[in-house]
Amino acid sequence: MPGHDWPLWEVFVRAKGGLSHRHVGSVHAPDSELALRHARDTYTRRLEGVSLWVVRSTDIIASDPDQAGELFEPAEDKIYRHPTFYDIPDEVKHI
Amino acid sequence: MPSLPTIEKDVEKTAKRAADHGAFDAPAAGEHDPAIADYCQRLGDDGLVLGQRLGEWCGHAPALEVDLSLANIALDLIGQGTNFLGLAGDADQLAFHRDVLDWKNCWLVEQPNGDFGQTIARQLLFSTWQHMLYQRLVASSHEGIAAIAAKGVKEVAYHRELAADWTVRLGDGTEESARRMAEGLDWCWRFVPELFEVDEVTAELIERGIAADPRQFEDEYRSAIAAVLAEAKLEAPADQRPILGGRRGHHSEHLGHLLAVMQHLPRTYPDAIW
Repeated sequence: MPGHDWPLWEVFVRAKGGLSHRHVGSVHAPDSELALRHARDTYTRRLEGVSLWVVRSTDIIASDPDQAGELFEPAEDKIYRHPTFYDIPDEVKHI
Repeated sequence: MPSLPTIEKDVEKTAKRAADHGAFDAPAAGEHDPAIADYCQRLGDDGLVLGQRLGEWCGHAPALEVDLSLANIALDLIGQGTNFLGLAGDADQLAFHRDVLDWKNCWLVEQPNGDFGQTIARQLLFSTWQHMLYQRLVASSHEGIAAIAAKGVKEVAYHRELAADWTVRLGDGTEESARRMAEGLDWCWRFVPELFEVDEVTAELIERGIAADPRQFEDEYRSAIAAVLAEAKLEAPADQRPILGGRRGHHSEHLGHLLAVMQHLPRTYPDAIW
């Protein structure tokens, strides 16, 4: 089927000014300009955004799922890294 | 990226001025000035017919993303058509209970989709014209027409850019895509002169500041199309004998088939409720 040789692009939408762009999905398109158009037509039809980014999927450097253990598991038992771990003394204001 | 079209409440209200839904035999309410009603029908029929045509691509476009692009354009056009027919009278009655000889759209919009190249050629030629027209109708002295144009002009600007983008990619693409694009333009070219025709109805409304005079932007249109074709490395087709008369109800055989598909449900089940 035609279209299958089009590269894949990841789509990021900024919902409104001040918020970050968030990954929403991907589109196929022959080039960056049409990737933006396809992203607009696919992901912002219902006023979802005010700005779009597209990036070639192959340009994204992803972490290796096989390394998930060493990358992420060590954080599991370090609850003191969450601010809620600490009791704030009553005298401390403005925090 | 152009900004997203916004939904303007006053336009919605204007569109809802049409009489009750389902009152199929009621006389058309709405615009009492026959020239204005006629003009609104022409603009409305252009949108509705091309919207219906583009809808035929649903599920058949070259890629899922293109399917959505074409459906989005179709919905914009059907929206504009609904608004203009709502100004002219009862939009539903005009859309579903009118025979082919009473339709006033231009010939270009009723042309069959053909292949993707022909669809894009039709879209480029129509959207470029429609965009230039709406840019001027925004200043119409008729409040309702100006409001619909103001809402539509951003939608149409996008259609125009998308069609130009695809024209360049197909024209400056592979040997086959260039051939199909050229054949599509060749098919559509004879319907362009009609877009710039001014008959008695339009002449009167131009005089009254209600309609836009297409002759004023014909040169701009020709250069805009020529610029896209140059970028697409395509030659403009040789001028052909123009086909005219859509505004007077003269149409190709294609329109009857389109209407049969579009109208059969409400005609077969007149009281059907969605």
